Amino acid sequence: MFAPLCATLIVGFARAITAVRGIWAGVDPVPVQRIYYANHASHGDFVLVWTVLPRALRRRTRPVAGSDYWLTSKLKAFIGREVFNAVLIDRNPETRQGDPVETMSSALAGGDSLILFPEGTRNTGDAALLAFKSGLYHLAAANPAIDMVPVWIANLNRVMPKGALVPIPLICTVTFGAPIRLESGEDKGDFLARAQTALRELGPDERD
Amino acid sequence: MDTHFAILLGCVLAVLLAATVAGQILKRRAGPDDLTIQNLTARINAWWVMAAVIALAFVAGRTGVVILFALCSFAALREFLTLTNTKAADHWALVAAVFVVLPVQYISVGMGWYGFYSIFIPVYAFLFMPILSAMRGQTDNFLIRVSEAQWALMIAVFCVSHVPALLSLQIPGYEGRGLFLIFFLIVVVQFSDVMQYVWGKMLGRRKIAPNLSPSKTLEGLVGGVLSASLLGAALFWITPFSVVQAFGISLVITLMGFFGGLVMSAIKRDRGVKDWGHLIAGHGGFIDRLDSVIFSAPIFFHIVRFYWDVH
Repeated sequence: MFAPLCATLIVGFARAITAVRGIWAGVDPVPVQRIYYANHASHGDFVLVWTVLPRALRRRTRPVAGSDYWLTSKLKAFIGREVFNAVLIDRNPETRQGDPVETMSSALAGGDSLILFPEGTRNTGDAALLAFKSGLYHLAAANPAIDMVPVWIANLNRVMPKGALVPIPLICTVTFGAPIRLESGEDKGDFLARAQTALRELGPDERD
Repeated sequence: MDTHFAILLGCVLAVLLAATVAGQILKRRAGPDDLTIQNLTARINAWWVMAAVIALAFVAGRTGVVILFALCSFAALREFLTLTNTKAADHWALVAAVFVVLPVQYISVGMGWYGFYSIFIPVYAFLFMPILSAMRGQTDNFLIRVSEAQWALMIAVFCVSHVPALLSLQIPGYEGRGLFLIFFLIVVVQFSDVMQYVWGKMLGRRKIAPNLSPSKTLEGLVGGVLSASLLGAALFWITPFSVVQAFGISLVITLMGFFGGLVMSAIKRDRGVKDWGHLIAGHGGFIDRLDSVIFSAPIFFHIVRFYWDVH
C-alpha cells in the first residue's frame, strides 16, 4: 500500500523535473518480456526508464541494482526492495553468496523484465560509455530467447551531476533502440562490442 | 465586467468551435493520414486545453493567474536550460535560478511590488549568478555559460512575468479589470501568429529571413500584423485605450512578437533543434507557443504603465 504510493510519488517527481519522454525508436511499448540495458550516469537512471514505460509494463519490470549500495540503510533498503522491487546483486565477488547471472535468470524465469546497467557503475567521465561488464553476455547466453533492448538516457547527468543535492529541471529523453540477441557462435567480446555499439548509436554524436 | 467577460468567453468558444468543425471537415476531405491535418487537429485540441486552463486561472483571480504564469516560466526555463552549455560548475547558480529567482520574481509580481520585480533579475540575479558560478573555479567558456543562464532567466522568467504584472497596474476608471489587458495581449499576439501563417500560405512570396525561418514572408508579416491590429482595435472596448490607440499598441506588440519569434528561431537554428520541447502536442514546447508573447509582454506593460498608470 505504502510502497506503490512512494513509486507514484517518485515517478511524478521525475516527470515534474525532467518532463521525460520515451522515444520508441526500435521497438514498441508492448508487454513482451525483455532485458533493457541502459547507459548509467546518474542514480535516477532507472527511475526515468521506469517512468516512460506504460504502467502495465512498469509493474513487471525490475531494475538490477547493487545490494552493496541499496542495503546500506533502512530507507534505501525499503526503496530498493519494496518500491522498485529491485533484483539485488552483490557487486563484490568476495562477499557474494549466489551467482548474479543465476539471480537475474530466476527473475526472468518468474516472467519479469529487467533493467540493467552493463557499465556496472555510474559513468562520471567524458567517455560516452564505459566498457561493458561481462554479465550482459552471460545473461544473454543463459536466456537466448529474450530480446535485449538498448536504452539511451539523455541529459539526466546534467540534471543531477555527481555530488549534487538538488536537481535542476532539464528535459530528458529515454530512447529505446532495436533489440539484439546473442547469435550462435558469437563470442563474448564480439557480443559485448555489438551491444555497446547498439547503445552508443542511440546517444548524441559527441558529448559536450 | 461580467457582461464583458461573458461576451469574450462566448467569442472564444465560437472561434474554437468553428476551428474544430473546420478541422473535422478538412480531415474528412484529406483523409485521416494527412500529416498537416493531424498537426492542425493537435493544435486545435491544444488550443482548447489552453483556453480552458487560462479561463480557470482567470476565475481563480490574481493568484491563479500569477501561479499559471509561474508554471509557464518553469516549463520555459526547463526548455531553455536544456539547450544551453551549462556545466556541473554552474549547478548552484542554476538551482538558485529555478528555485529562488523564479519564485521570488513571481511573489513580488503577485504583491505588485514594481520597484522590486522590475530590477530583481537584471540587477541582482545577473550579478549574483556569475558569482556563484565563479566560486567553483571552472573558467572554460565562462562568459558563454553565464550569458546563456542569464538569458534563460531574462526570456523565461523576467519577460513572461510581465504578463501577470499587468494586473498590478492602477488605471483610473479601469480598476479590477486588469485581466482584460492580459486577454488583449495574448489574443492579439497569438492571432497575429495564426494570421501570419494564413496570409503567408495564401500570398507569401518574399522570404524575410530564409536562414532563420523559411515560412516567414513579408506578405505574411504585413497581412498578419494588420489583421491582428484590426482585431486589437475592435477589442478597444475591453481596454482603457481608444480605437486608434488600441490599433497602434496592437501594431507595436505584434511587431515585437514577430521579431521575438525570429530571435527564438535563431537560437533554435544555432542549437540544431526544430522545437523547444514536446509538451504541447502540435505546438512543440512552451517557448514555441509563448515566443511572441515573451517579447511583447514587457513592452506592452511599459507602454500601458507609462501612459495610463498612476505612478
